[in-house]
Amino acid sequence: MIHVLVNNWQVFLSGFFNTVLCSILALFFSLVIGSGFAIMETFQNKFLSGFARAYIELFRNIPLLVITMFFYVVFPQYFFTISGFAAGTIGLTLYTSSFIAETVRAGIQSIDIGQMEGARSNGLTYWQAMKNIILPQAFVLVIPPLGNQFVNLIKNSSVLAFVAGFDLMYQGDSLASQTFDTINTYLVVGVLYLIITLPLSYYMKHLENKLS
Amino acid sequence: MSMIKFKNVEKYYGEYHALNNINLEVNKGEVVVVLGPSGSGKSTLIRTINGLEDFSSGQLVVNGFDLADKKTDINKIRKDVGMVFQHFNLYDNKTVLENIMLAPRLVLKRDEKENKETALEFLDMVGLKDKINAKPSQLSGGQKQRVAIARSLAMKPKVMLFDEPTSALDPEMIDDVLNVMKKIAQTTDMTMVVVTHEMGFAREVADRVVFIDQGTIIEDDTAEEFYNNPKEERARKFLSKIIVHK
Ligand SMILES: Nc1ncnc2c1ncn2[C@@H]1O[C@H](COP(=O)(O)OP(=O)(O)O)[C@@H](O)[C@H]1O
Ligand SMILES: [Mg+2]
Repeated sequence: MIHVLVNNWQVFLSGFFNTVLCSILALFFSLVIGSGFAIMETFQNKFLSGFARAYIELFRNIPLLVITMFFYVVFPQYFFTISGFAAGTIGLTLYTSSFIAETVRAGIQSIDIGQMEGARSNGLTYWQAMKNIILPQAFVLVIPPLGNQFVNLIKNSSVLAFVAGFDLMYQGDSLASQTFDTINTYLVVGVLYLIITLPLSYYMKHLENKLS
Repeated sequence: MSMIKFKNVEKYYGEYHALNNINLEVNKGEVVVVLGPSGSGKSTLIRTINGLEDFSSGQLVVNGFDLADKKTDINKIRKDVGMVFQHFNLYDNKTVLENIMLAPRLVLKRDEKENKETALEFLDMVGLKDKINAKPSQLSGGQKQRVAIARSLAMKPKVMLFDEPTSALDPEMIDDVLNVMKKIAQTTDMTMVVVTHEMGFAREVADRVVFIDQGTIIEDDTAEEFYNNPKEERARKFLSKIIVHK
C-alpha cells in the first residue's frame, strides 16, 4: 500500500486537494443556502414557505448523480460549459442544502415560541431575534445531525468521479485501471477519505460538548 | 392622558369569539389589574396591546399609535411597552447581564457604557446584582422573573404589561416578585396592566380592577369596590373561588 502512495503521491495529492476544496465550498454554501430555506420555511407567508418546501422536497428526492449530470450535461446545452468540478460542486451543494434545511428547520421549530415572543416584545425586530436568540440556540441543538450531514457531504463528493472532477475517487479510479493494483489503490483512497472525515467528526463532537 | 384605548375591539380565533366588544381606557400612570377565569381572554386582551395578537375589528390606540393601521410600525410601540410573561421567556443563550443589555443596544442604540450602568442599576433594584454572569437555567423561577422585569425596565418603557407573572412560581418566591412590581407602581409613573389573581397586590396598588369573562368585560371598578362589593353574580362566584383557595 505504501509503495502505491509513494509512487503516485502527486496524483493522490491533487485528488485529495480537489476533494477537500469541493467539500469546503459545498459545505459553506449548502449551510448558507440550507439555513436560508430553513428560515424561509418557518415564515407565515404561505407563498414563501411553500416555495422553500418545494425546493427542499425537490433536491432531497432526486439522486445526487442526476442533479450533477444535469449541471454537467444539460445546463451547457442552454447556457455555457462548466467544468466537471464545478458541476459536481454545484450538485453536491444543492443536494446537501436540502438536507441541511430540514435539519435546521427542525432546530428552529424546537425552540420555544416564548423565546421569539420575549425578544419581539422587548423591541427586537424579527431578524434581530432570529440572529441573536433563535438561530444560535437552534444551531447548538442541531450540531449532531449537522455533523452527520457534513460527513455525508464529504463522502458524496465522490460524485465528482463521474463527471471528471479530478477528485480523490476519480484519481483512484484512473490509477487502478492503469496499474491494475486495485486493492492497494482503493485502500489509499479510503484512508485519505478517513483523514478528512474523522477529524471533522471529532471536531463536531467537541463542539457539541463545548456548547451544551 | 390616555395611554391605552380599546374601542369596540373584537377578536376571533377562527370561529371562537375571544374578545367581545372590548372598551377599555387606561390613563398614563394608572395601574390596572385584569382578572377572570381561565380561558376568559385575559392573555389575549393584554397581548393585543403590544401586537403579539392581532384583532379582528375595532380600534386600539397605544401611546398614540393606532394598532389597527397597517402602516403603524409595531416595533415603535414595543419600544415603549414592556412585557413580562408567566414563563419568563428570558434568552436562554445569554447571561443575565446580556439579557438586559441586548434590546437597549440593538433597538435604542444606547451607548455601551451607559447601557451597562443602566442594566446594573435595574438588576440592583430587583436584588440580583450578584447574578450578572449567571445563565437563566441557573436561576430559580422567582429570580428569572425579576431578571425579566429588569430586562423590560431597562428599555425605560412608558407601559408595562404583566401576564400572570407569579402563576408559575413557588409560593415562597411570589412576594419577591410582587414587591418589585409594587415598587414600580409606587415609585414611578409607569402605566401598568397586570393580569393577576393576587388580591393583596390589587388592593395595595391597583387604581382599577377589570373583571373579564368569556371575552367580555363584566366589571371595571376600583379595587376596594370590586372586592368588597362586586356587582355581578359571575364576579361574586369567581371571587368566592379564589378567596377559598388562599
Ligand atoms: N392561538 C389560539 N388559537 C385558538 N384559540 C386560542 C388561541 N389562543 C387562545 N385561544 C382560546 O381563546 C380563549 C382565551 O384564551 P386566553 O386569552 O389565553 O385566556 P386566559 O389568559 O384568560 O386564560 C381560550 O378559550 C383559548 O382556548
Ligand atoms: Mg392567560
